[in-house]
Amino acid sequence: MTTTPMDGGQALIRALENEGVDLLFGLPGGAILPVYDPLIDSSIRHVLVRHEQGAGHMASGYAHAAGRPGVMMVTSGPGATNAVTALCDAHLDSVPLVCITGQVPLAAIGTDAFQECDTTGITMSVTKHNFLVTEAQDIPRVVKEAFHIATTGRPGPVLVDIPKDIVDPNSPRSAMEWSDEIEMDLPGYDPNVEVDPAAIAAAADLMRAAERPVLYVGGGILKARAAEVLYQLAEMTGIHVVTTLMARGAFPDSHDLCLGMPGMHGNFTAVTAMQEADLLVVLGARFDDRVTGRLDGFAPGARVVHVDIDSAELGKVRRADVAIQGDCRVAIEALIAELQANGLGDADRGAWRSRISGWQERFPLAYEAWEPGQALKPQYVIERLRDLSPDDTIVVSGVGQHQMWASQYWRFDHPYTWINSGGLGTMGYSIPAAIGAKAGMPDRTVWAVDGDGCFQMTAQELVTATVEGFPIKVALFNNSYLGMVRQWQEMFYEERYSEVFLSKDVPDYKMWAQSMGCEAMRVDDPDEIDAAITKANEIDDRPVVIDFRVMAEEKVYPMVPAGATNSDLVVPPSQADLSR
Amino acid sequence: MNVAGPDYRYHTLVVTVENKSGVLARVAGLFARRGFNIESLAVAPTDDDRFSRLTIVVDLESAPLEQVVKQLDKLVNVVEIRELHPGSAVERELMIVTVEAEPDRRDELVEQLDRAGGKVLSVGADRMMLSLVGPPKRIDEFEDLLRPFGIVELQRTGRVALPVLDEDA
Ligand SMILES: Cc1ncc(C[n+]2csc(CCOP(=O)(O)OP(=O)(O)O)c2C)c(N)n1
Ligand SMILES: [Mg+2]
Repeated sequence: MTTTPMDGGQALIRALENEGVDLLFGLPGGAILPVYDPLIDSSIRHVLVRHEQGAGHMASGYAHAAGRPGVMMVTSGPGATNAVTALCDAHLDSVPLVCITGQVPLAAIGTDAFQECDTTGITMSVTKHNFLVTEAQDIPRVVKEAFHIATTGRPGPVLVDIPKDIVDPNSPRSAMEWSDEIEMDLPGYDPNVEVDPAAIAAAADLMRAAERPVLYVGGGILKARAAEVLYQLAEMTGIHVVTTLMARGAFPDSHDLCLGMPGMHGNFTAVTAMQEADLLVVLGARFDDRVTGRLDGFAPGARVVHVDIDSAELGKVRRADVAIQGDCRVAIEALIAELQANGLGDADRGAWRSRISGWQERFPLAYEAWEPGQALKPQYVIERLRDLSPDDTIVVSGVGQHQMWASQYWRFDHPYTWINSGGLGTMGYSIPAAIGAKAGMPDRTVWAVDGDGCFQMTAQELVTATVEGFPIKVALFNNSYLGMVRQWQEMFYEERYSEVFLSKDVPDYKMWAQSMGCEAMRVDDPDEIDAAITKANEIDDRPVVIDFRVMAEEKVYPMVPAGATNSDLVVPPSQADLSR
Repeated sequence: MNVAGPDYRYHTLVVTVENKSGVLARVAGLFARRGFNIESLAVAPTDDDRFSRLTIVVDLESAPLEQVVKQLDKLVNVVEIRELHPGSAVERELMIVTVEAEPDRRDELVEQLDRAGGKVLSVGADRMMLSLVGPPKRIDEFEDLLRPFGIVELQRTGRVALPVLDEDA
């Protein structure tokens, strides 16, 4: 075995190159300085962010869009703590990230040294795993393990904390011998699971017998790259599909069997079909409380087939009649084979289908028409964005009302075209995640759908977008409110508005965007919407921001109030009197 | 094999973990953030110095055993988990205790100790230090017996456990 003498910093960069890393989002500082030097000579492109949270969400957007792990690198102390939100976000949405953090030299650890913080301690509960490396010689192995853990099984963020002296060529501790043979040492980690054929057979039996089945599809389908086999399964069985907030696009919205999004702001038919179902086939979803509403009233008559790669999800929230641990793609392929071999059964689903189409007719997504004098209807702006942008546009949203409207009113016909912060609900996600998506998919149009509250949390990353050449587009849904919170105060706190008004005119988003190198427009007249969007779609040499002045009073419907069951879904006023 | 009935409140898990710094914090942190209660915890290295063994007694009123095991299993440093049903495990715990022992009560105390199978570790002017190894329940009972004498200080190790030997094997 031949080895090459190196220092730990060189070894770290080399190890990242070996993992196929082409992009690194980060921001340097004292403790990580020695790694930024060999980076100059590397093939890896570094994107210099303006805030480490941005680096994390960029890595996340990149991972979602490109299907490869996102990688970030930050310094110790405040660099690491700024990354925490993004790590937690990625943890809850099972996004494969690797985060390299600088740490104070080994001898200084535990002494409250300058920019020291207990990074592995702080991030233990917001990562899939983390490492504190104490020997330069271990760097290649730990990097390999980090990528392996981040990308296999249920994906997630992995952090590698690197004390300065093991990467600093001036320190004797940084000397190491590089070898191309790197063996992982993970005796407690085995992501390989075999799908149990008996469970597949039992699941198929339930599917054959069900008269009111629904495929409840979550983000795991996308992680497993299983959209195609899901399509096959739905087509062959004729079973309707709901796609959760994390799974929008996993099954085409334009397909007859697609019922859209379930949950707190899901559409009536998706929510109600689940409530009335006699079988839920749950594929890579986890019965999140935003989907189930009050749990004891959720889908009361349904048996459950639950497929998940993470066995801890099986039975965690809702008991499964058939629990299948495994990769969704493998499990669906096995189900298809079983159904092909043993038939689809002859359950009569005619009545079910007509109930579903009845709901679809009576309770479509709906909002009241615009009237002169009003600000823009946000739902209409989404519809125009959708219709005027390329079919495979990637939509990346913030968190709030605009997020719900985007997921409701866009029509997602391709996987990996919808990216958002589902589990943590992180305001400020969209702009950096859109940059990451654009970095991963440079030929695609990327629209960030953002709120004015969210925008003010991470807008500075538009500087990164301009300087680093990522021409994303931002549709700013400016209602001058923390709109989602305002909606709750209107509906559940007797219109007592507490700290939700932002400001009508401050900041001037157009000037702000221009100062960051973006093309910027402001639209308050419905007749100007199309022209602005068309112009934005034509610009490809810099980021674009459109400040859409939308109605503050508009609410997201349908809505399941907190604590209510999904049967108590509140529909828009225009549908309130219709019989269900 | 004796299978635990639904009336068992506590359950013992024998968890083999990598012998690395921070692993105990990962386990304890997991229990804390998921709201699982630990009744007792004993940690020691195994005969293989790459691994340590934790004997964790879990309070099942706080969470179903299955969730506890599955979540523990997700920790990358957890190598193996053995569930020991209360009826099929040999469990032992060590207690050392200092009790008030005026000369006129010593005979009585030593008699109790002998009956329980304990040992005298040290004798002072008006106190004695005793030890007892046994199943946790016996330790509980002995602790109750000692209380009237006046317990000055008491330390228990938490239990360690192994499965009973299978007689058919
Ligand atoms: C970092 C963070 N802080 C607070 C919240 C709570 N929150 C959820 S939605 C929302 C309002 C978002 O306002 P805006 O971005 O303007 O979107 P809108 O709802 O108006 O469309 C708030 C404050 C959150 N999700 N994230
Ligand atoms: Mg707003």
